[in-house]
Amino acid sequence: MFINFFFALKSYGVPVSLHEWITLHHALARNLNDCNLTKFYYVARAILVKNEIYYDKYDMAFLDTFKDIETTDEMLEKILEGLKKVKELHLSEEEKKQIEELDLDQILRNFEEQLKQEHYKNHVGGNKAIGTGGRSTQGAWGYNPAGIRIGQGESRHKRAVQIAEKRSFRNYSNDVTLDTRQMRVALAHLRSLLPIGPEEKLNLDATIDATCKNAGELEFIWESKEKKAAKVILMMDVGGSMTPYARLVERLFSAASSQISRFKHYYFHNCIYQDLWTDIERRESISTQEFLKSEDNDYKLILIGDAEMAPSELTWVNGAIDYWYHNDTPGLAWLQRLRDKFKDSIWMNPLPRRSWGYVQTARMIGGIFPMFELTLDGLDEGVKFLMKGKGKFFN
Amino acid sequence: MNYFKGTGDYVLSPELKDNVNVSIALARPLLVKGEPGTGKTLLAHSIADGLGKKLIIWNIKSTTKAREGLYVYDTVQRLNDARFGDRDVSDIRQYIKLGKLGEAFNSEEQVVLLIDEIDKADIEFPNDLLNELDEMSFYIPETGDTIKAKHRPIVIITSNSEKELPDPFLRRCVFHYIEFPDEKLMEDIVFVHFPDLEKKLLREALKKFYWIRQFDMLRKKPSTSELIDWIQALIAGGISPSKVEKDLPFLGTLLKKKEDTDLVNQSGSAHYGYSSSVRTRNVY
Ligand SMILES: Nc1ncnc2c1ncn2[C@@H]1O[C@H](COP(=O)(O)OP(=O)(O)OP(=O)(O)O)[C@@H](O)[C@H]1O
Ligand SMILES: [Mg+2]
Repeated sequence: MFINFFFALKSYGVPVSLHEWITLHHALARNLNDCNLTKFYYVARAILVKNEIYYDKYDMAFLDTFKDIETTDEMLEKILEGLKKVKELHLSEEEKKQIEELDLDQILRNFEEQLKQEHYKNHVGGNKAIGTGGRSTQGAWGYNPAGIRIGQGESRHKRAVQIAEKRSFRNYSNDVTLDTRQMRVALAHLRSLLPIGPEEKLNLDATIDATCKNAGELEFIWESKEKKAAKVILMMDVGGSMTPYARLVERLFSAASSQISRFKHYYFHNCIYQDLWTDIERRESISTQEFLKSEDNDYKLILIGDAEMAPSELTWVNGAIDYWYHNDTPGLAWLQRLRDKFKDSIWMNPLPRRSWGYVQTARMIGGIFPMFELTLDGLDEGVKFLMKGKGKFFN
Repeated sequence: MNYFKGTGDYVLSPELKDNVNVSIALARPLLVKGEPGTGKTLLAHSIADGLGKKLIIWNIKSTTKAREGLYVYDTVQRLNDARFGDRDVSDIRQYIKLGKLGEAFNSEEQVVLLIDEIDKADIEFPNDLLNELDEMSFYIPETGDTIKAKHRPIVIITSNSEKELPDPFLRRCVFHYIEFPDEKLMEDIVFVHFPDLEKKLLREALKKFYWIRQFDMLRKKPSTSELIDWIQALIAGGISPSKVEKDLPFLGTLLKKKEDTDLVNQSGSAHYGYSSSVRTRNVY
């Protein structure tokens, strides 16, 4: 049933509205997809999905709904069937209004009309609704988004399913570990979560003053209001494979610097002990003790690490992973001190949440710091958590 | 009937072509998103060309307000005129200047309206335009005039996803995400610009280009525009394919930031062995 596609999309978390769903039917009733499931795949995606991070979820919903469909007629029946069901749905007033505006009945009539005239039947290529012109003008195109070349005989419907099966947008999803591809989007999220930057405002008194001095020649005086509020400290695990993640997050926050009044960053390897490193190579350091004493406690503290190590690195004197490094206070105690000082603190972990339970040290650290996944979603959650001051209520 | 078939100077995927036509047929704005240099702006030019229509471009900046697209009432000019008295200031109409959207509505023929880089503006900006885009008209209280679109313009909107766009706005758009072109497609694009380019030079240049783009730590990845500038420089400099293979001549054309050129130079000849993926990780 076609309406299932709508619900499948919703259940996979694609934010699709009834408005868009009906728009899709407009397109179908006018045969803008040229009776072709592959075209339908793209047209429906363009109308229903407004962000590439949902493309992967769209693919999954598409597979769920259409993997068994073989022919055009079958699909049409399903669409028609689904269309008739729209009115049986539980609709809000708002949605009912939308349906009226979009004239669902008109669409239905169009559909049935076309169906009666067998416009859709044995439809090979031509396009009644928008004219047959414009098959690919780029003769030597040769480009196929799914990278599959299809022989003449193969069903055109199968192909759409194959494209969806490729799931080529998997890495764009907002629940995969943050990577550079998502930098811009992540930055956008970050900026929207942080307090606002400088804004320009007309200074009325100064303008009147200046204009009077100018003998009435208008002169506008603008003032910048600084509204940078966030103060952020990053502490990053730069042990081996963690380095790229640490760098990424560092870049992210320094890119958001227009909204951060003070920004500091330190490095560690697996856990924090008496020294906080100020360079990635871990040659220069400051004393953690001093740091705890002298720093303002209204910083938001974000630790980045996979929290995966030998338990002894957290609990033993001289437990640090680097054999040359001696610590007379166990790492866990240092973490607790940091946590006590900075109420607004979180830990971001590039490993998926489901794995944390299996890692003893991740469980231990998760008991001290609220822990979030280092994904787009996790970043959102974590920064929201910090900005709302929820840290005070954790443990 | 408007049907966009593409133009010779723009490499167009069949899906994008379909989506352009769907957006025209449904009279919905087409929102195009993609990395810098994926041809978003150029698409609007190509559509206008292909359909033989005038293109009106509204470039959005961080300070652009939705109102400005409708009209600007030049009160300062009027005040000045009032003081020096050389114009009839009671005729407000002469101080009303239509913005780009106003111009598009007021045009005698259907136009293509490009709203370029909408994400640069304030988060409320797109919402502020909803009514005007829906109704294709707006009212000027100062003069009592209503500007109504004589022909609904074909609206193309581009975004770099600097900011998220509001849902009510998104609901009304047809959306297309342009993926960064793969090597094969990039060849086509480069050939549009340099039809006589030596195949071997192109192949080497592309190899280097995609190799550089693999560095995840770059501040700014080179895009299509930089590639085209680079190839231009290679041609002008009479650089041979083998030199491109061995060195990276004119690297500064591809990478604009010093940190980036350093990074690439450091990994110098380690070429394809270099794994820059942040996803490959071992424990510790
Ligand atoms: N599909 C294409 N066909 C032909 N040329 C292209 C194509 N895509 C990109 N180019 C080339 O790349 C240049 C950059 O394209 P354009 O300015 O349209 O990119 P953009 O996506 O608008 O980038 P930005 O986000 O930086 O504004 C164009 O001037 C053109 O030379
Ligand atoms: Mg552009």
